[in-house]
Amino acid sequence: MSISALPESWKAAMSNNIVDKPLNLAGKTYNSRLIIGSGKYRDFQENLIALEKSGAEIITVAIRRVNLGQNSEEPSLLDVISPEKYTILPNTAGCYTARDAVRTCQMARELLDGHKLVKLEVLGDQKTLYPNVTETLIAAEQLVKDGFDVMVYTSDDPLMAIRLEEAGCLAVMPLGAPIGSGLGIRNPLNIRLILENAKVPIIVDAGVGVASDASIAMELGCDGVLMNTAIAEAKNPALMASAMKKAIESGREAFLAGRMPRRLYASASSPIDGAFF
Amino acid sequence: MQSVNARRVNRERIMHVTVNGNSHELDNNINLYQLLEQLKVGKGRVAIELNGKIVPKSQFCQHQLSNGDTIEIVQAIGGG
Repeated sequence: MSISALPESWKAAMSNNIVDKPLNLAGKTYNSRLIIGSGKYRDFQENLIALEKSGAEIITVAIRRVNLGQNSEEPSLLDVISPEKYTILPNTAGCYTARDAVRTCQMARELLDGHKLVKLEVLGDQKTLYPNVTETLIAAEQLVKDGFDVMVYTSDDPLMAIRLEEAGCLAVMPLGAPIGSGLGIRNPLNIRLILENAKVPIIVDAGVGVASDASIAMELGCDGVLMNTAIAEAKNPALMASAMKKAIESGREAFLAGRMPRRLYASASSPIDGAFF
Repeated sequence: MQSVNARRVNRERIMHVTVNGNSHELDNNINLYQLLEQLKVGKGRVAIELNGKIVPKSQFCQHQLSNGDTIEIVQAIGGG
């Protein structure tokens, strides 16, 4: 039977695209649910190629002192990764107090001509880079009051996620595992609990090592994944970026499709009836 | 050898400010814009804090520096 002989309703169903609402952050919609970082790359070129291959539309940056004595003719990160083309997400990496984090966001806003979207992270410990959630909450409250659109990095504590949402954060970003560890989603149950309560986008931030980790986050129902080291430290960052793009998309589709139930024992796929042996 | 008077004049013409944690000796009567020129810092994608307060880009020229000022000049760099 050729395809033209199929009923019209079948043809329509086959050409239907997967229905999904795009990710919306601060009134802007994004087709990609992947956010990547700009740290640890060998150079700007490697970073830009990875960004293109990942399909990401949002990229994080850090705010640091200008290196005085550096050639001012040399391109800076934002000359290569254009704020006109991509959404730049300044982070507060390296901040251990609410005060430093707020100050960093204010500098970022000035630097990016009034841009209000920030990634808040207040760290508590140098070895694990675990978030200091009490300082994070203080900073979140101040930043929201000051008009910032806050995406907040936090632990995978379901109650903290609620508190941060109540504080007015527009996205809550629990860790899957410590920053840069590549250990994957260590506690999927907590991520599920966070998702159950959430009214804002939940984006796994930190811990992803390979594509399957990103898929797991998306299959759980997360709205996106933020990663840096998994791509930057891959032997071939461009290829890993492409793998992550597919993993995010397939994980999302699997979530939307709805998984089959888990069973302890087998369930035959071929019918028993009609067996002639 | 400079006379005592000449040295005093020189001292009055010189001021010390801290830029990004390092002490810099500058001529008196320069403003933030001129500081950036002297330090060869591109003025496009930076943000500046003068004594803990952010100075908008449009106001660099209006901010005259004083002896003892602390200045932070930051930019966006790679980070996750």
